[in-house]
Amino acid sequence: MPSLQLSLSISPLTDPTLSPQPKPQSLLLVPHTPLRPKHLLCCLFATAKNAIIVEDQDAVVNGRVGADTSVPAEEDLLLPAGLQKEFMPKHVAVIMDGNRRWARMRGLPVVLGYEAGIRALRRVMGLCCKWGIIRVLTVFAFSSDNWFRPKVEVDFLMRLFGRGLKDELENFVRKNIRISVIGDSSKLPKPLQELIMAATETTKNNSGLHLIVAVNYSGQRDIVQACQSIALKAKDGLIEPEDINEFLIEQELDTRCAAFPHPDLLIRTSGELRVSNFLLWQLAYTELFFTQSHWPEFGESEFLEALHSFQQRQRRYGGKNT
Amino acid sequence: MAVTEAKYLIFLVVSIIRSAEAALVEMWTVYYRQGLAIISDYKERIFSWYRFVMGPDTENNGDSVASKLFGTLNGFMRKFLFRILSVGPVPNHLAFILDGNRRYAKKWKLQEGTGHKCGFWALMSILKYCNELGVKYVTIYAFSIDNFKRRPNEVQYVMDLMHEKIEGLLKEESIMNQYGVRVYFIGNLKLLPERVRVVAEKAMKATENNKNTVLLICVAYTSTDEIVHAAQESCQHEWDEIQAMKASESNDGGEIISNENQEEHRFINLVDLEKYFYMGVAPDVDILFRTSGETRLSNFLLWQTSTCLLYSPRALFPELGLRHLVWSVLNFQRVYPYLERRRKQV
Repeated sequence: MPSLQLSLSISPLTDPTLSPQPKPQSLLLVPHTPLRPKHLLCCLFATAKNAIIVEDQDAVVNGRVGADTSVPAEEDLLLPAGLQKEFMPKHVAVIMDGNRRWARMRGLPVVLGYEAGIRALRRVMGLCCKWGIIRVLTVFAFSSDNWFRPKVEVDFLMRLFGRGLKDELENFVRKNIRISVIGDSSKLPKPLQELIMAATETTKNNSGLHLIVAVNYSGQRDIVQACQSIALKAKDGLIEPEDINEFLIEQELDTRCAAFPHPDLLIRTSGELRVSNFLLWQLAYTELFFTQSHWPEFGESEFLEALHSFQQRQRRYGGKNT
Repeated sequence: MAVTEAKYLIFLVVSIIRSAEAALVEMWTVYYRQGLAIISDYKERIFSWYRFVMGPDTENNGDSVASKLFGTLNGFMRKFLFRILSVGPVPNHLAFILDGNRRYAKKWKLQEGTGHKCGFWALMSILKYCNELGVKYVTIYAFSIDNFKRRPNEVQYVMDLMHEKIEGLLKEESIMNQYGVRVYFIGNLKLLPERVRVVAEKAMKATENNKNTVLLICVAYTSTDEIVHAAQESCQHEWDEIQAMKASESNDGGEIISNENQEEHRFINLVDLEKYFYMGVAPDVDILFRTSGETRLSNFLLWQTSTCLLYSPRALFPELGLRHLVWSVLNFQRVYPYLERRRKQV
C-alpha cells in the first residue's frame, strides 16, 4: 500500500516527533470508507507534482513548467494538487476522538494524549489558514456527556482549554482568526468563562478563519434552547406559533454566529461510526467522513484524504442527479 | 501438542463452514439476483427470491423442487445464524435510508421505475430478516419532502407505487396480523396526494392492534420539519394553557399570580419537544443504514440518531442483503457495552 504522506513544505506548526506515519487503511475493517483507486492515483500524482514544485520554485506553477508567466491567485499556489478549489468545503466540522486511546496505545498517561490532540488541532488550523478556502472550522472539544469522566481528567481538560486560549490568543490576532465558543458555558469554571469572553471579544472582528470550539455542547440541548427562545418570543406576542419555521430556529441556534452555519464535511477520527450528539440540526446535508487514525495522528495526509473523499461525492439534496 | 492440534482442527472446521457458506451465498446471488437471470429470457427471475421470502403460498408456484429445497435450506441456515447472533445484544430499532434504486435500474439497464420495485422487494426481505432476528422497530425513509423537487413524472410514479403497495398491504391484512406488524406513516401527511393519505390512514387504523413488530414508514418527512412541527405544537400548547389559566383567574376574581412565576413554569424542555415528534412512538435508533456508499444523513432522524451506529455499505438498496445486516449487528454488539455505560451515567 503506497504511503499517503505528501511531501509538501513543512508548516512550522507540525511536530514531526509526535506524529508517526499514518497507518495504511485496512479495507476489511472499514468497508464504508473505501480507498477508491482514484484517491490513490490523486495522491500519487500529487506527490509527483509537488516534488516538481519543491525542486524548482521559480519556473513551475502547479506543475506547469515555464512559459505561463501570469501571476496565479494566492490560493491556487497553496492548494495541494488534486484538489479543486470549487469543490472545497466552506465549513469543516471535526469530532476530535481518540486522544485517550492514542495515549494508552503508547503507554503514555492520558493527559499527554490530550496535549498531543491540541498539537493536532494547531496543525489542522494551520492548514486551513494556509489554504484559505475553508472559512469555518468547528471542533468538538467537550461534550455535555463527558462530565462523567474521572474528575482529574475533566479538571485537566479545563485547565488545558484555559492555557490553550491564553497562549494562542496573540497567534489568533496575528493570523486574523476569529474564535467563538458554543455550548453551555455556565457550567464551566469561572476563570475559563472569563478567558472565553475575553478571547471572543478580542477576536470578534477578525475576518480570517472562524474557529468554533464546542465546549459542554449537546446538539439536542442546542435545539431545545432555540425552541425555548422562540417560545418566549411567541409568548411575548412577537410571533405566532404557526409562523415558526426552519429559518427562525436556525437564527436561534448556537451556530448563528458563523457565516456558514452548516458544515459541508464532518470528520470523525478513531473509527467510531456515530455523531455523538454534535450539531444535529446543522448536519442535515453534511458529508460524513470516518477515519481509523486517532486524533493526535491526524495530519495533512489524513485531512487531504478526507477532502479528496468529499470532492468525489455527489451532493443532490434530495433532488435529481446533477 | 494436543492444544495446537485442536486449534488447527477448529480452524479447519471453521474454514470449511465459511467456504460452504460463501459458496451458497455466491450461488444465490449469481443465479437468483443477477448474473444468469439477466441474460436469460426469464427477466422476472431477477426478483424471484421474493417468492421464497414471502413463503410458498404466494402466486407463481411453478418453481422446481430444487429451488424450493434451496429456499428451505437457506431459511434454516439463516435462523441458525440469527440464533448465534442473539447471544449478544440485538438492536431494538433499525432505520434504513433507501438510496440507490434509480442507480440500480441504470446499472442493470432496466426501465425507469423498475429500480423502485426492486427496492420494494429488497425491503420485504429485510423486514423478514428483522422479524426473525427479533428487531422490534424498523423505520424506513421512503420519501423525503426534498424529493418533491424531482421530476413530476418520477414523483407521480413513486406516489402511485406507494398507493398500490399500501392497498396491497390492506388486502393482506391477515398476514400483517399474523406476524403482528403495526404500521405507522410518519411525516407531514398533509403534503401527500389525497388518495395516498386516505389509504395510509386506513392502513394505520387496520394494524393498530398489533404488538409484535412496528414498521414506521417515513413519507413526506424531514427531520427539520419534524422539529419545527414539534416546536409549533408545544408553543401552541403552552399558549393555550396560559390563555386557559388567565381565563380561569379572571373568572375566579382571585389573586392574580405574577407573570414571572408563570414564565418560570412555562419553559419548553426536552421532554415536551419529544412528546410532539412524529417519531415519538418509537425509541431511539440503534443502527442507521444508508446504502449506496453515501455517508450523509439527508435530514433523516437527526434527533433520534444522535448516538447510534451509522453504517453505509456500498451496495445499492436493491442489493442490500443478509450479510450487511449481520455485519452491522456485529458492529453494534462491539460498541454496545460502551454506549450502554454512557447511557446509564447520563
